[in-house]
Amino acid sequence: MAFRAGVPLKDMEFVQYHPTGLPGTGILITEGSRGEGGVLLNKDGYRYLQDYDLGPPDPWPRKNAMELGPRDRLSQAFWHEQKKGRTIKTLHGDVVHLDLRALGEKKINERLPMVRDLAKSYVGVDPVYAPIPVRPVVHYTMGGIDSNIDAATSIEGLFTAGECACVSINGANRLGSNSLTELLVFGARAGQGAARIAAGSHKTNPGSAIQKQAEAAEGRIKKLFGANGGGETVSGLRDEMNTTMEEGAGIYRTDASLRQSCEKMNDIGKRFANIELKDKSNVYNTDLLHVLELGAMIDVARAIIVSALQRKESRGSHQRLDFIKRDDKTYLRHSLAHYVPGQDPDITYRDVVITRSKPGTRVYGGGQK
Amino acid sequence: MTPRRIEFEILRYDPDKMQKPEFQTYLVPCEEDWVVLDALNYIKDELDRTLSYRWSCHMAVCGSCSMMINGEPTLSCKSFVRDLPNQVCIEPLNNFPIERDLVVVLDDFLGKLNSVKPYLIPREKKSLEEGVYLQSPAQLKKFKQFTLCINCTLCYAACPQYAHDENFVGPAALALAHRYNLDSRDVGRTARQDVVASNLGIWECSFVGACSEVCPHGVDPAGAIQQAKIASTGDYFMDLILPGRKS
Repeated sequence: MAFRAGVPLKDMEFVQYHPTGLPGTGILITEGSRGEGGVLLNKDGYRYLQDYDLGPPDPWPRKNAMELGPRDRLSQAFWHEQKKGRTIKTLHGDVVHLDLRALGEKKINERLPMVRDLAKSYVGVDPVYAPIPVRPVVHYTMGGIDSNIDAATSIEGLFTAGECACVSINGANRLGSNSLTELLVFGARAGQGAARIAAGSHKTNPGSAIQKQAEAAEGRIKKLFGANGGGETVSGLRDEMNTTMEEGAGIYRTDASLRQSCEKMNDIGKRFANIELKDKSNVYNTDLLHVLELGAMIDVARAIIVSALQRKESRGSHQRLDFIKRDDKTYLRHSLAHYVPGQDPDITYRDVVITRSKPGTRVYGGGQK
Repeated sequence: MTPRRIEFEILRYDPDKMQKPEFQTYLVPCEEDWVVLDALNYIKDELDRTLSYRWSCHMAVCGSCSMMINGEPTLSCKSFVRDLPNQVCIEPLNNFPIERDLVVVLDDFLGKLNSVKPYLIPREKKSLEEGVYLQSPAQLKKFKQFTLCINCTLCYAACPQYAHDENFVGPAALALAHRYNLDSRDVGRTARQDVVASNLGIWECSFVGACSEVCPHGVDPAGAIQQAKIASTGDYFMDLILPGRKS
């Protein structure tokens, strides 16, 4: 909504994969399970992360190495293992094993009771006796509605906080639990800012411009209610979009994969015009909700693709196989995607404000000094 | 594995179009690792887009997808198809008005949660500069169990007392009050007693314990209510011995 209203979406090419989700459901197995000493194994029972500049494996556990490396590196390592045919095939796609057996039943019950419960319930594996099948799953959008440190956007009176916002505490990657900062700190600031504006405003009648916008929004919904026989379904387009984004704009991207996804998403965007609303009720209409959400997701997907296409470097969660190096000279900048109705968004850039944390070389495992 | 065909009998209701709720049957090819929510999503995607129900996390932490499954208040994301027969009856939660299909009106429940002042009431307010309110792991342990509530309302659907009198404050709200009363950083117990220790609060509970049985996170609201009864009884005798004391 903010995007369509003219607020740019910032840094949309940065999408975090969490390395350990359950296959099929995508349920997360917390990083804590690796923090306690759990290890990742490929189909040969080998701790494969040592092949990706995260080793050596011992002594274990230790910080910033192997399984406690960053989420993006671990997800990328899975991708490489999969290409080498060293992952494990299941009904719900390829997986690796998260092995907690060395922790023992007592420690697992004490420190990771939820992990044991989730694994037993949803994949039928008791981690005390067997490794848990896991794979990378899409987890968090670092980018979002461009906002300043007061959670304000470029439209006066419009505030944003949480995952939908991009105040830039995450950069090109993200540390676990930073979502709480986004919610608690910037949620409070957004609320305070909104209250200040509301207290200082004495308008009781919405202006005619706002009235007109409301009528237009109502008109769009009425049109949906009136349209018959379009034939496109929410689940059909949604599943195609999922596959397109995973294949073309996933853990690794290339110019070709992104261009292909872009074309496909444009096609999906056109077909969305023929979506058919089956539920015409005025009460708790989730079919309508899903149609509106899908339309918004298509716009967001296009912003991700076009932002990723134009960032010709690899940085954090944005990894290009055709531009494997980070290029601070050209791209130490935020991307800003501007909405253009019916077309690909326009991308502009803004310099990064660097305060305490300077960009450095990312080194893990044995490479650390 | 070939999917198993399960017949779902689902109670439907649209106040715009129907006089009263009616059952509708759907035949769903279910994978054995599915939960009931997967079957509902299959119906929504493939068979009938008008079916309405709430859900969000699909992993038993958000508490949105509560419903009656074969007569039991259950989270549909934690009800495994492998444990169910070939016929499954799904209804909206007992003891709540139906808004649409499996969606119920939660206003009464949310009001009750608010009524017990479910927030920290510290002895002295600290400013941001003064830092956080400290607590030891032992102090946390005293009430941690009661923090695990996900507001799924299964306990209200299971509670015979709430079915009997909707003015009963009810299990989750009373357990939440108890959670704050046991918190070493909180001094709000007196302020909560008006609601908690009233006739419609803990004393309305007849200790059937159904709430604790259906709780998906082992919060044990029945235990919380009985503990609160003991503490309130103590208050009563102290008031008799020392009239006018400050509690």
